[in-house]
Amino acid sequence: MNPVPDIDRILPEMILTLTGVAVMLIDASLPAAWSRRYLGWLAAVGTTIALWASLWQLSLPEGTGFFATVETSAFTVFFHVLICGIVLVALLLALDTLPEDTHHQGEYYALIVFGAVGMCLLTGAVELLVVFVALEISSISTYILAGWRKQTGRGPEAAIKYFLLGSFATAFLLYGIALIFGATGTTQIYQIAALAPGAQNQALVIAALALMLVGILFKVSAAPFHVWTPDVYEGAPSPVVALLSTAPKAAAFALLLRVVYEMLPNLRSLWTPGLWIVAVLSMTVGNLAALRQQNVKRMLAYSAIAHAGYLLAAFAGAGETGIAAAAFYIAAYAAMNVGIFAVVTLVAGYDEKLSLIDDYRGLVYRSPLLGSLLIFFLISLIGVPFTGGFFGKFYSFTAAVGGGAIWLAIIGLVNSGIAAAYYLRLAVVAAQRPADDQPEAAPRSFAGPAVIAAVFLAAAATLALGIIPGATLSAAQSAAHTLQAPPQTPVSDQFPLAR
Amino acid sequence: MATIDQNILTLILLVPLAGAVLVALLPDRAKLPNWISLVTTLVTFALTLHLPAHFATGQTGFQFEQNIPWIENPAIFYHVGVDGLSLWLVVLVGLLAPVGVVASWNAIQSRRKVFYSLFLVQQTAMVGVFISLDLMLYYGFWELSLVPMAILIAMYGRKHGPRAALKFFLFTFIPSAPLLVAILWLYTKTHTFNFADLQYQTASGVLPASALFWVALAFLFAFAVKVPIFPLHGWLADTYSEAPVALAMVVAGKLGLYSMFRFHVGLFPVQARAISPLLIALAVIGILYGACLALVQRDFWRLIAFAALSHFSLIVLAIYGLTFLGWAGGVYQILSHGVIDGALFLLLGALELRYATNVINSYGGLAAKLPRTVSYFVIATLAMIGLPMLSGFIGEFIILSSTFAGVSRPWAVAATVAVILSAAYMLWLVQRLFYGQESALATSKPPADLKFGELAILTPLVVLMLVMGVAPNLWLNTIRTGAHPPQAKQAAIQTAPTPQTSGGSASVRIGGESQSPTEAQR
Repeated sequence: MNPVPDIDRILPEMILTLTGVAVMLIDASLPAAWSRRYLGWLAAVGTTIALWASLWQLSLPEGTGFFATVETSAFTVFFHVLICGIVLVALLLALDTLPEDTHHQGEYYALIVFGAVGMCLLTGAVELLVVFVALEISSISTYILAGWRKQTGRGPEAAIKYFLLGSFATAFLLYGIALIFGATGTTQIYQIAALAPGAQNQALVIAALALMLVGILFKVSAAPFHVWTPDVYEGAPSPVVALLSTAPKAAAFALLLRVVYEMLPNLRSLWTPGLWIVAVLSMTVGNLAALRQQNVKRMLAYSAIAHAGYLLAAFAGAGETGIAAAAFYIAAYAAMNVGIFAVVTLVAGYDEKLSLIDDYRGLVYRSPLLGSLLIFFLISLIGVPFTGGFFGKFYSFTAAVGGGAIWLAIIGLVNSGIAAAYYLRLAVVAAQRPADDQPEAAPRSFAGPAVIAAVFLAAAATLALGIIPGATLSAAQSAAHTLQAPPQTPVSDQFPLAR
Repeated sequence: MATIDQNILTLILLVPLAGAVLVALLPDRAKLPNWISLVTTLVTFALTLHLPAHFATGQTGFQFEQNIPWIENPAIFYHVGVDGLSLWLVVLVGLLAPVGVVASWNAIQSRRKVFYSLFLVQQTAMVGVFISLDLMLYYGFWELSLVPMAILIAMYGRKHGPRAALKFFLFTFIPSAPLLVAILWLYTKTHTFNFADLQYQTASGVLPASALFWVALAFLFAFAVKVPIFPLHGWLADTYSEAPVALAMVVAGKLGLYSMFRFHVGLFPVQARAISPLLIALAVIGILYGACLALVQRDFWRLIAFAALSHFSLIVLAIYGLTFLGWAGGVYQILSHGVIDGALFLLLGALELRYATNVINSYGGLAAKLPRTVSYFVIATLAMIGLPMLSGFIGEFIILSSTFAGVSRPWAVAATVAVILSAAYMLWLVQRLFYGQESALATSKPPADLKFGELAILTPLVVLMLVMGVAPNLWLNTIRTGAHPPQAKQAAIQTAPTPQTSGGSASVRIGGESQSPTEAQR
């Protein structure tokens, strides 16, 4: 018997769903003239409660619920907390930066929360069909959010591009799931892990792995599946990109970890070289392309691609080391990326009139605080010690070196040297004196408490990960441990409905 | 007393950081940032003086050690300490900081908060590099030291600041990528970042020699760019001519040279010995090349940059001559060069501030108008070119004589020629700046000689040059304990589990933990 009520296993998701529904219903029942801003606060409070609920799940015995479809463990809690944290920052950011007259503001908050439901579920699901459903929940929310600025040409373009390519990728994933079902007769991840090595048709398993990898790597925007990233980041509103570039990626990386380390660890000799190539491609393509960008958001998009590459380097590491390094990197990457997009939002405003690197000229002079924060996040993205970015890279490449992939580490570190060039270009431009003929940026009205809290949270997290990485690292390690050693209950008892 | 000794290094590390935070928080009014920085740097300097005052002279190994676990896995420790090698370098950093503040006093007028807080962060990073005994901690400070420098060059560059900043950052950041890989490789093999443990492991012959060759090369490459060694000096002249005076003065050379001592020769003695002929050749080329280029510069910052290349190459020659005497001379030369460069930078910065140009030929005939400037400048110049009784002579003499006696006569002769060249370019600089026809520039401005603040900081520097030239043993006695006497190798070999250390390699040990009861009298 399972003493833990099933509902406890998905408590954070439940709370988030209820929050989202409440936001939507209140939005619909409020008179049209009323401000919707408080709905954002409601969503933020709900997300905070969900975050605490995830932490509370640590007190549960590790195990699964709902007929072994969802799991709670240190691994799921790590990613739940991370995703809820990102969503919280994204909500706070949107609260002050969305103009008061934005259409459908209530839906905006609701969609972010629903997206969070999907992402959280994705990290907790141990059944491939639930995985698929969770992925769709999170994707559909983000597709809509990406096209939020309907009045511009780029908004709908971004949404359509994201939607079409994203659907294509999910189709790959689904096809992979179908093949693995064909090979093993189940879609439960523990069962697959047990049955796949003995499957009669190994070619089917390998094909399934390849297809699933394509689907997931698209979601994390790793080269060569990255083409959508710059366009979507450029077209979507910056507060959305802050979310888009971090939370869904964290969830997708969690899924990737689960698929390669938990579901098909015996195919390690196949996926390691595959991910090696993808890692090298991502870093190189991302960094080289970023060097040539003039638009800040496009540059950061390519930088995100490169960071996916650094993160994939951790997968060269054996077992727990690799998983822990990857999990830590995701946390560090999320903290600094949310932070820099928050700064970009504040600099460029909702309409994004200032989108080119040259527009940032003199930022340090115009607004010293914003300028220093920009430089701080850039330094972290470069990977300078005493910032989160450094330890992220550090653990990732240590894992790679430990796994014997010395060349991967060298390529990665040379790449981070190249990357320094474009990050610094932006930092240097921001530190220059403003040009005389430069149009003065409009004075901003949205320096409210919410946005200050958002930026402060991101900066504090980035700094904390760089100075006292111990706590996060040990969380990542226990996450890695639970992923490596799934609950050892007899398979037959756990699946009354199987077969 | 014991608690002070234990925490003194941490204090030296944290005081500038606290000052930086204070500067950043308080308003930029009425030179407040300047005063806070000056007080902070003076306090730091006073704290660094505690080190030589309580240093147990004649004792090898690290003192004032502090070792606190920082991160469990990978095992990174907050492990700091100084020995004879780094002791005076820490003091030098402490000494140059107030000099830097004074040099920027009037030169930096805009965004003083940014400037001074970053300048103080730079202090922390520099001290951190010199005192870290954990390789990861060291790497952290090493990288951190790049950031304030790059930002400040970008913000305060004279003409092409951003370009020079980018060049500086990339030139020094990219080589640290292989350095980090090498450090990580060492960690995966030995499971420690502790300097003494690693030194023991590399000497014990447990690690595969072929891999160690590449690891040592990665270390060397990163340091060689930072020093810089010919032909990796591409960033140097641009950085010197663009960087704010204070930064160029503070950063120049020391980090790379110290790292070579401690982490290349000290950690990989066998590999260092193998590669030393190449480095000796490059060093001598660098000495001559830098001196020749210094002769033809039109801009005095670039002239000083190439002069520095020449002088640093001399120290590299000392390091890779692999003689104890040469090492002592090398460290001494770093100190002396730091003091002399500090004075020269301050004086040239003062000239540039008053006449708004760094083109040498625009000057001329200033001697009559600025008598104090010229006298201080001439003393610093003479010290730099190695006039006996002044500090530059001691280092140069020790290095050249030990090279002549212990390494190679032809190289020593070639290096000595460069010393003559250094007299040529420096004296010619003096002649063009201060003597000859009074230039239009000199007559165009009212004469404004050095003021009290500048004098207050220059006079101690000049006195120091004199004392260092007359009584070098005040310094050399402690420096020698950093470069271990050969007797230490016996202890090292006896304690090693697999004594496969080949021939002369173990005699090359810098700053190790092994205890040697007697100090060699050289």
